Amino acid sequence: MSTKTDWSADQPIVSIKDVYKSFGELEVLKGINIDVMKGEVICIIGPSGSGKSTLIRCINALNDINSGSIKVKGMEVNDSELDKLELRKEVGMVFQQYNLFPHKTALENIMMAPLKVLNQPIKEVEEKARQLIERVNLVGKESSYPGELSGGQQQRVAIARSLAMNPEVMLFDEVTAALDPETVNEVLLAIKDLAQKGMTCILVTHEMGFAREIADHIYFTDRGVIVEHGPPATFFTEAKDPRTQEFLSQIL
Amino acid sequence: MDVVWEWFQWLNSEHGIKLTIFYDEWDRNRFFGGIWTTIHLSLVCMALSIVIGMGGAWLQMSKFIWIRRIVQGYIQFFRNTPPLVQLYFFYFAVDSALASVTGIEGGVFSSYGWAVISLSFFAGAFNVEIFRAGIESVPKSMVEAADSLGFTSFQVFCYVTMPLAYRVCLPALNNNLINLIKTTTVAYAIAVPETLYISNQIWSDEYNVPEMMNVVWGVYIILVGILVTIMHRWEKSIRVPGFGN
Ligand SMILES: Nc1ncnc2c1ncn2[C@@H]1O[C@H](COP(=O)(O)OP(=O)(O)O)[C@@H](O)[C@H]1O
Ligand SMILES: [Mg+2]
Repeated sequence: MSTKTDWSADQPIVSIKDVYKSFGELEVLKGINIDVMKGEVICIIGPSGSGKSTLIRCINALNDINSGSIKVKGMEVNDSELDKLELRKEVGMVFQQYNLFPHKTALENIMMAPLKVLNQPIKEVEEKARQLIERVNLVGKESSYPGELSGGQQQRVAIARSLAMNPEVMLFDEVTAALDPETVNEVLLAIKDLAQKGMTCILVTHEMGFAREIADHIYFTDRGVIVEHGPPATFFTEAKDPRTQEFLSQIL
Repeated sequence: MDVVWEWFQWLNSEHGIKLTIFYDEWDRNRFFGGIWTTIHLSLVCMALSIVIGMGGAWLQMSKFIWIRRIVQGYIQFFRNTPPLVQLYFFYFAVDSALASVTGIEGGVFSSYGWAVISLSFFAGAFNVEIFRAGIESVPKSMVEAADSLGFTSFQVFCYVTMPLAYRVCLPALNNNLINLIKTTTVAYAIAVPETLYISNQIWSDEYNVPEMMNVVWGVYIILVGILVTIMHRWEKSIRVPGFGN
């Protein structure tokens, strides 16, 4: 298929070029360009309604785009011939509202996709799932239902559930925004652990301290455009655009 | 058993409580035959109405507006007209229309057959709405989560939408099936030999209206009670903590 070009590690694993997206009359993304190298962690920040969720959802084809190009490991996402399964094997996504399957236990939530989507043997899948439970620090909660877990615990199960598919890239859309303050940290720790082990991460977040600590690069969006971007060391101290300065002054 | 039968005979001779269905073999056979007819009429209609409900709920997700309108029309028609009128309509109007089209004499279906068709469509109309509400109660974000894990839309339906929807549906389905059991008594009107029809024959022959009335109450209370128990067990067995209650 023409949609898949070869990808090698010296090229961006996610490459977003001149992306436009509208919902009806409403233009939400107006020419977005972002390149992410393998193993990089990037944070997208910006006021609510600026199109952050839309952008991140376009990367795994939950939203389609009007023009431009998004490539994940050489796969053109904006192509009607795209094999969505191939894309979704590479890209994991964690949502603000966790979205765990409420009728499945924590362990079953993690096992479901490898079992049903990848048809892997159950023994292997379960072993892997138990390792993931350990990795997100939830040993003892294997057979709890989502309704019996705190927000922070549910979100960590959600992270493990995505990891079970062995993705190359993880997307996080304000994954701590719905949490009680005291459980935010445990989720951030789980993400930090991932990032330090070399996972490519694209995060939308309002946790500026966290962004500063783990991001390789920070993008500030407002009304569908990237206003300013840079590595955290300079981004927070040398923001030039008044919109960035105003946003940072409100949130810091 | 004979002791029991004799006791009812004694009850009649001593106290004038005339329960012929327990000691008169002819009455007993036709009465339990009537209960059996009620039971299998109910079971067949339940099964068919669930199939109709699922099919209808599925059709209501169709992208063709006229398919959704036809289903909606069917639901409105059967929900807003009396089941007895529906039964007459099938038994007299549809049957003779079909007979003249096909040339079959003496009715296309038996009265039992028409009762099954009519009651299944009646209860099915409610089931379509119940199942649709269940499917709609599953948050779109849950479907997206499954989507982004690589599930196909059919897998999403089987592993996420359906299991969640039917947990939400069960209490309403339960009510509708109870209602269906009660509504099978309208089959009396087209001479389906179910419990009420047979009881009426017995009390006409034996002049024991008060006794038979009480027996009929008892039969329906027991039948509905059995269904309620089964459904509650089922509801309980699929309950998960923190969901839907
Ligand atoms: N499915 C949709 N249909 C129509 N409008 C949408 C949809 N999703 C998002 N929007 C609109 O797009 C804009 C950007 O939304 P979003 O990407 O969620 O912003 P953010 O995540 O930065 O808060 C908002 O004005 C929102 O109302
Ligand atoms: Mg958002």
